[in-house]
Amino acid sequence: MADVNRGNRPLSPHLQVYRPQLNMITSILTRITGISLLVGAFLIVWWFIAAASGPEYYAYANAIITSWFGDLVMLGSLWALWYHALAGVRHLVWDTGRGFDLDTVAKMSWGVIVGSFALTVFTIIVI
Amino acid sequence: MGYMTDRKRAEGLGSAHDGTRHFWSMTVSSVGLLVLVPLFVFTFGPILGAPYEQVSSYFARPFPAIVAALTILVGMMHFKNGVQVAIEDYTDGLTRKVLIIAAICMSYALAATGLFAIARIAL
Repeated sequence: MADVNRGNRPLSPHLQVYRPQLNMITSILTRITGISLLVGAFLIVWWFIAAASGPEYYAYANAIITSWFGDLVMLGSLWALWYHALAGVRHLVWDTGRGFDLDTVAKMSWGVIVGSFALTVFTIIVI
Repeated sequence: MGYMTDRKRAEGLGSAHDGTRHFWSMTVSSVGLLVLVPLFVFTFGPILGAPYEQVSSYFARPFPAIVAALTILVGMMHFKNGVQVAIEDYTDGLTRKVLIIAAICMSYALAATGLFAIARIAL
């Protein structure tokens, strides 16, 4: 079968030839934050098991988690948690068949980004 | 056919035959986590970094202990199912199987460790 139209067909979009869009970036970030939250989960479970095994080990684990680097990781996890939660709400809305027009998608994207930072700052202030 | 719901029509389709259940489990756990995560952040956050005695007595109270236990359990099950989709998207063959099994084992291990630790502190 001769394919006379080779090279002139519409190609399916691929990451390397696709102009980055807000919707695409927020969607990829959902996956990245979800997977990265494993780090935070590991640290929190480690903190709990340290607290369960006695004062000395607790002091050791607690010092690492509340060190400047530990704080940085926990802060990142906190933002990732809020981001993933808000992006998850967006998915729950989409699952009902609503919010697929570009205008709403853009609004929800900004909502997720701004909301995740706002909730992170709010959490820091409250805690 | 007229009496079948949309979900009933979708169940059992697809190569794995349980995609609908997988999707539904993600929906349920995500809604559950929407309630649990704020409760956990604002009960766990203030006690993180506190002295040992304060942490022990804090998690001996039912509410913070139950919230923490549920968040770790539901969170890890949500992670298990969520990361499986990511693995299926980017890998295939033996790599895919190994990664999925590793993710499932790790999720249960983390959940069990967290629950054991909280139970031990609380009781």
